[in-house]
Parts: sequence; structure tokens; C-alpha cells
Amino acid sequence: MDCKLCEVYCKTAHSKSKDVIKAYKEEFPEPVARIRVEGGKLLSVAVSCRHCEEPACVEACITGAMTKNPETGLVINDPERCVGCMTCAVACPYGCIKVGDIALKCDLCDLSGVPACVEHCPNNALIYVEGGSEK
Amino acid sequence: MLKKEGEVRIPAGCAIAAMISRKGEKFTGEDIIRSIAVMHDRSNGLGGGFAAYGIYPDYKDFYAFHIFYDDHDCLRNCEAYLAEHFEIESAGRIPTRKVDTIESPHLIWRYFVKPKSYKVAMHKGMTDDEYIVRCVTAINATIDGAFVFSSGKNMGCFKANGFPEEVGDFYMLENYKGYSWTCHGRFPTNTPGWWGGAHPMSIRDLTVIHNGEISSYDANRRNVEQFGYKCTLMTDTEVMTYLCDMLMRKHHLPKETVAHIMTAPTWEQINNMEPDKKAYYTALRTVYPGALVNGPFSIIVGYTGGLMALNDRLKLRSLMAAEKDDMVYFASEESAIRVICPDPDKVWSVGGGEPVIVNVERSDI
Amino acid sequence: MDYNINLLPPKFLIQRDKDRCIKCGACARQCANEAHVIQLDGSIKAIDERCVDCMRCVSICPTRAIRIEEYPVKFRESANWTEEAILEVYKQAETGGVLLSAMGNPKPFPVYWDKMLLNASQVTNPSIDPLREPMVTTLMLCRKPARLELVDGKVVTEIPPQVKLNVPIMFSAMSFGSISLNAQKSLAMAAEEVGTLFNTGEGGMHRELYPYQDHAVVQVASGRFGVYKEYLERAKIIEIKIGQGAKPGIGGHLPGEKVDSEVSQTRMIPEGADAISPAPHHDIYSIEDLRQLIYSIKEVTDYKKPVSVKIAAVHNSAAIASGIARAGADIIVVDGFRGGTGAAPTRIRDNVGIPIELALASIDQRLRDEGLRNTVSLVVAGSLRNSADVVKAIALGADAVYIATAALLTLGCHLCRTCNTGKCNWGIATQKPELTKRLIPEVMYKRAANLLRAWNHEIQEMMGGMGINSIESLRGNRAMLRGVGLTQKELEILGIAHAGE
Repeated sequence: MDCKLCEVYCKTAHSKSKDVIKAYKEEFPEPVARIRVEGGKLLSVAVSCRHCEEPACVEACITGAMTKNPETGLVINDPERCVGCMTCAVACPYGCIKVGDIALKCDLCDLSGVPACVEHCPNNALIYVEGGSEK
Repeated sequence: MLKKEGEVRIPAGCAIAAMISRKGEKFTGEDIIRSIAVMHDRSNGLGGGFAAYGIYPDYKDFYAFHIFYDDHDCLRNCEAYLAEHFEIESAGRIPTRKVDTIESPHLIWRYFVKPKSYKVAMHKGMTDDEYIVRCVTAINATIDGAFVFSSGKNMGCFKANGFPEEVGDFYMLENYKGYSWTCHGRFPTNTPGWWGGAHPMSIRDLTVIHNGEISSYDANRRNVEQFGYKCTLMTDTEVMTYLCDMLMRKHHLPKETVAHIMTAPTWEQINNMEPDKKAYYTALRTVYPGALVNGPFSIIVGYTGGLMALNDRLKLRSLMAAEKDDMVYFASEESAIRVICPDPDKVWSVGGGEPVIVNVERSDI
Repeated sequence: MDYNINLLPPKFLIQRDKDRCIKCGACARQCANEAHVIQLDGSIKAIDERCVDCMRCVSICPTRAIRIEEYPVKFRESANWTEEAILEVYKQAETGGVLLSAMGNPKPFPVYWDKMLLNASQVTNPSIDPLREPMVTTLMLCRKPARLELVDGKVVTEIPPQVKLNVPIMFSAMSFGSISLNAQKSLAMAAEEVGTLFNTGEGGMHRELYPYQDHAVVQVASGRFGVYKEYLERAKIIEIKIGQGAKPGIGGHLPGEKVDSEVSQTRMIPEGADAISPAPHHDIYSIEDLRQLIYSIKEVTDYKKPVSVKIAAVHNSAAIASGIARAGADIIVVDGFRGGTGAAPTRIRDNVGIPIELALASIDQRLRDEGLRNTVSLVVAGSLRNSADVVKAIALGADAVYIATAALLTLGCHLCRTCNTGKCNWGIATQKPELTKRLIPEVMYKRAANLLRAWNHEIQEMMGGMGINSIESLRGNRAMLRGVGLTQKELEILGIAHAGE
């Protein structure tokens, strides 16, 4: 319903302080939300990494920073190895990789439970389904 | 100033006892007095009473009115009413004996009457029984200082302030012989003590003695008052008497069905019954919600030819039953039965919502 | 030339805590009234006069940066010329029109529920623990025969159709059009789950409600919207709506802009057309006409559907109710002046009708005086706020109650009383898809069902305290009520004693 609170809570979850106000107003560098709401009031969609079966970003990555964990299926970017070339962002068919000093993307909140975006969605629009056969 | 019964609702605890001969054999009031006396501590001297069936064989076609009068003016007013509405066969004081602990504030009279037939014929669908009910209700509600406390055929109630065994002595119940007796000792929580408030409550030959305090009182009262009854005493017993009269006499329902209405099973229980039974109980609960009696009670309903004992659904009041040969006994406590029947064939506790109905096995009573 | 000064100050002041606001813009995107506007520089501007205090922004703000306060202006009030009275004159000077308001009568007339207290057992009669003993709130609604006849132990009396409710609370009429389908569906699902009924109101039954039709009361109102044979046959109960507590004596008006294609199909009127419910039913000008309509409906539905008649509580309700009972209705519904509405003329809402407590007491007594009470069911409505109100209503003589305002509160309603604008930010009183999508039936029905369960638990607790374990023993049991601070006349009408008596 276009409130974009998922973005707010994603940004907070990826901040140092984990505090909404500090994340927005005090932290530097400013944390980045990995999820983005597209559309308008009538129809809106939250876009974030789908953790594809065969991720284009992993294939495109020139340093091997972007990997898919064979056990959890989680696609993550290793900040130590990422050089910020953004080839992954170009390759991603869903536009789910955010451009920063390095590539930034959804990490499902490190699988530490229900992701922040889902937990705080006020209208149950986001749901977290494991093992869903995407595509 | 303490309010009189009928001006205020008075809760009361109690002792009850009853005995009946299935063969219709008659016996005096001495045994029932011995029985209730055992439960002395369950009453507090503010009300005791008896109902006895089969005691007026010589007048069995006449309604026997027992009336309390406050004074002679009341007596004259009421007798004028009686003369207008009834053929009076016989009239006189009810014999009493001097008992140290009982002081009568009333004149206690008895009349054997028949309704004037042309008066009954004047009203559409009127029967003698209904005529009696209307007249008794009218006397009790409108003639100050007169109270009809018994009005059935070949039966009578005897009640007063005092412990029940003293009341029995006062009325000399050893001189009456009946096939069925009920008795009540009252423990009201507050009352100036009015004789009319003692049990049994009666309307025609229907009598009710009651131990308990029902929580559905006003729901039941407002229900029966739709059908021409007027609850003047504000007691549980009065409203239950009217409920029984309405269901048994006006609606012609069998005694057992009346019990099933007053202590209806829960919907959950009904849903688990087999279809026929389910339909029966569903109909009862649907049509007679206002006759469901809630809260603790044990009652014994007396009528010509029988008794019905009934406990509330949760069995919140004690009530024991026993059998010996053709005799059946009921009492709040087993000891009260054993004192007059030391060796019963069978003793049991009357179950919650499970009526025990005892009828005399002959019709010439 | 027009007068260009706005004499109406805003009602509310939107306060934004700059230290907390992160400019996420959620408030602006959620406010259908556009009281928050995102500026080009990313800052958010508040436009106070647009705020209706529905608190959507307050609830949604992730940093609790928003406060809504009363606008701090002081009119030169007197006891006679209150701020409200002054403002209303300004409004009418501006528009020349009838003032409109939503929800029930907000004026400080006595709330008799709050002047009655309940009884509890002590010593002479044990209270009953609902956790240990059965505590039955199930009841049978509808017309009953005066007595039963048994032949060989079998009931031979024919009993008219009955409706069993697990709780003595139903959801009152709210039409599709006045509220969203999602809101209706939430209540329908809750009614099904708990075992009670919801009411489609006068706007027909949307096909998405068909799965819940066994729990539906359908209305036949003066506009006859969406009424046809199949509609009647789908119902559990058919309700003839004569009047509504919030606006006795007048009809209804659903503006054309709310009549989208779904509403149009359900109501069976052209899209975009105003839906006008006339003040009277034009086939009911007298009590005998009502009888004819009741029996027409019964005839159409093969005498399988109970018919209820709903009236507003007005001065002579008791006599009217007795007429309705004699006209053959199975249920009489009486709606008090605090009952809600989507839109009503303010003067009517605030000045017409009587408190439901008094109407209920006099109707119940009148029906008993005439020996009719047992044959007909009595349901009351009109803003019952909690389970104690329900218990008191039943003790005064109701069989069951209808709730609507409380039901809407479970769906997020904040009683901002601007249902008539169609901009309900909670997705309730609106048909705008971007707003109705905020109310998800599969989520919200649980809250509505929770309310019924919670109230029912409380009712059971109170009944147990009184030593009552079946709801029918509470019905009309006025000895369980005592008045506090009431006049002799009020006590007499309510048929209760004063506390301490």
C-alpha cells in the first residue's frame, strides 16, 4: 500500500545503531535499504533480491565476491572481496542490487529470523517463504 | 423498619423432607415431624410448614381454603368475597394447640368451598381450577390482611413461624391422616417473620417446598407474570409454584417434561443426544427459556396422587431419597430419613436435573 | 463576489517532531486526506485543516514523530453559544446546506448503562466458576409458539424456524457501499468462526459473501437495493429496516461517486447513480402494510426464513414494538440514538430518538404486559461498548444485541466521524481500491472474532458471579440490576431498584 516502511526497516536493519532515527539522521556513511517499493498507491510492489536458483549476479561477478550458499540458498556479497565494479547490478534482471561503494543487496537479515521488512510490513503484503520455487 | 415479605426479596436456606405411600396408605403427621426435627439446625425458627394429601376425605369434592387473617375486619372483608364467589359448605377455625414458642398474630380459618357455577360459566374457557387460581390470587393481592395459604381439594398446608417440629405440634398434625406429606424448615437471612412467607407455597393442590436460592428469580417471575400470575411474596418458592402450575395445568405437560424444562440440559449435551431425544430437548429449551431455573435449589413438588423431587442442574443443594416397601422418603439429609426408616431397601442422592417422581398406584384417593 | 475569509479554524493541529522525523514520507503516502504533503525538497508539510484525526499517520509512523492535537484556538464561548454552535452557523452561512455528520449521537445525554450496576452472589447462593462448570451463552432467536404440546412424549407443536447463536452478540447492518467489501467480509468470516450473524445492510449481498450466507442477515430497506428472490433465499434472517437509531424518520443517501461497478451490481442500480433510500417504505404506511410485507417475504421464502423488523428507538417504541410482534415479525430490533451511521443530518442525529436503555426496558415490559414477549425475540443495538453493556441489556430484557461501532473498531476504525467523505484511511468506509486494500479480511476477521470471544468470556464471568449458568436465566432478570443516581421515574421505566434497596 505504498507506505515504504519496508525500506525504512531494511535501512535500519543494515545500520550500525539499529535505531531508526540514528540510521537516518546520524550515521555516516548512511546505511542503504536493500529493498525498494515500486509503483504507486493503487498497485505497489516491493522489489528485493529473489535469491535465484541460478543467480546472474554470481555468474557475472568478476572477483568471486558474490556467492550462493549451496545449503541455505542465500546469495550474498562478500564486502572484503567486492571491488565495486557493479557488473552484478548490470546483470541482475530484477534491478535488486543497490549501487554504493560496493554492491549492496538483500541478505535476508543474515537468516537470523523473519527479515525486518517482513516483520514490520503493516499490511502483511510481504511474506517470507522458504524453499519457494521461484521462476 | 424491616420490610414485610413481598416488599423485599429475602433469600433463605432450608431443610426439606417428604414421605409418600405408593399404595396410598394413610398415616399421621408424627413421622414427618420426627424426620424434620433431626434437621433442626437447618432452620432458624423463622418459618416451618407442612403439606398433607388425603386428609379431608369427607370433603374431597370441595376446595379447602386455609386462610390467615390479621384481624376480624380482614376476616369480614374476605368472607364477603368468599360468599360472593363460592358456595361455602363449611367454615371454622383450624384447631391449634398452645405451644410456648409460637405466638399467633393471625386468626387461622378453614373453609370448604365450591365455585359458584354461574360465575365460572360467565368467563370464556374458564375451569373450576382456573377460577380458584384467579380468586386466590385476587384475595392475596387485594384484600389486606387476608392470605389464602392452602386451596386444594382433599389436602392442606399448615404453616407458621417457628421451628417445623413446633409448627407440627401447634397444628396438632397427629390428628390428620394423609398418604403423602411434605415438610419444610426455613432459614431466611432476614425477615420480620411473616407466616404467609413460610413454606409450602401452594396453589390449588400444587405445593412446593424448596431449599435454595435461585439466581433466575426475576427472569422466571417476569415470565410467569405474562400468564396471569402475580408474584406477591417475592420468594423463589412462589415463582416455582406458579411455574409448575403453568406448565403442568395450563400447558398440560407431563411432570417429567416440566422437570426437563426447569433443569434443561446444556446445548452441548443436547447436541450429543440421539435424534429423537435431541428434537425433544431442543424444542423444550427453545420454547421455554424463561422457565429454566438457575442457581441452587432442591424442591419437592406435591400434587394430588404424587410427589416430584428435583435438584438444580449442578446439584448445588443436598437431597436424599430412600425406599422401603411401598414408602418413599426424601430429605435434605440422610439422617432425617433414617430416623423414621432405619433400614431402607435403597438410599440414593437425587441427581442434578434428574427428577424423581413417585405416584400413588391407585386412583381412588 | 465571494467572501474570502475562512472563519473555520482547523480542528486539529499536526505536530511533527523534527528530531524524530526521518522524512520517509509514509504519513504522506498513507493520508487520503492529503494532510501531509511531501515537498520538492523532501520535507513534509502538514496542512492542518485537512486532518480528521483518524490517526493513520500516527499509527504508521516508524519513529512516532507525529502528534495530533486539538487546534489551540479559543472562541468566546458561553454556556449557550458553544464553539460547536458557533462553528455550525459559520458552516451553514458558507454552504447554505444541511449539516452532515457520521457515527452516533455524541451529545452528553445520560448513558444509562453506566448508571446501572450488576449483582453478584455471596453466601446464600454460590457463584459459578465458568472455568469449571458449563456456562452457556448459546441461545435460540426467533418466534416461539406460546406452548408445546406433547403426544406420547413427542413434541407435536410445529416450531417456526429458529436461529442458534453461540454468543448473544451479532454484527449490525452495514451495507456494501457504506463500508467496503473487505470490511463486510472480515465481519462475515468472524461471524462464521464464532457462530453468530453479520448483517449485509441494505446494499444487497456481494457474491463474495455467498460462502458466508448461513451467517447473514439481509436487509430489505426502503430503497429495495439488491432485493430479489435469491437474495432473500440466501439469508439466515431477513430484516425489514424501517428505521435507524442515528437518523430516525429519514432515509439514506449513498452518493453516486461511491457507486462503482461492484456496488452498482450488488445494489442493482446504474453505476454512478445516487442510491436514495426514501424515508418511509412506500408500501408501508401503516402496521397492516407491515404485516403484508412480512408475509410477502415469508411467502416468497416458503416460510423457512425468519423475518426481523428493525426500528429506531423513538418515543412510542413500546406500542410500535407490540404492533410489530402482532404483525408477525420473528424478531424486533430496536436501535438507539447512539447507533452509528455513515452519514446523517447532524440535527437529526443529535436531537431525534431516545436512549436505547429506556426503549428496551419499556418495550420488554410492554410485550410482557400483553403476553407477547415469549413469542418474539428482542434485539437491541445502538453503540454497546463492552460486555457489561451487553449483560445489562440482556438483564433488562433483550435476547441478544447488535454491535457495529465496536466491530468497526476491531477493523481499525478510530471514530473520526468522517465516513461520509469516502476517504477512510483504514479501508473501512470507502470504496477506493487503494484504501480498501489496506484492510485484509483474512487478517482482520481474527480481530473481530477475538472481540466476540473476549466479550463472551467476560459475559460468562459476570453470569457466573451472579450464579447464573445459562443466558436465558439472565434475560429480563432485572433483579440483577440496580440503578445509581437515577430519578424515581427513570428507575420506574427501567424497572429496577436503586442501589442499596
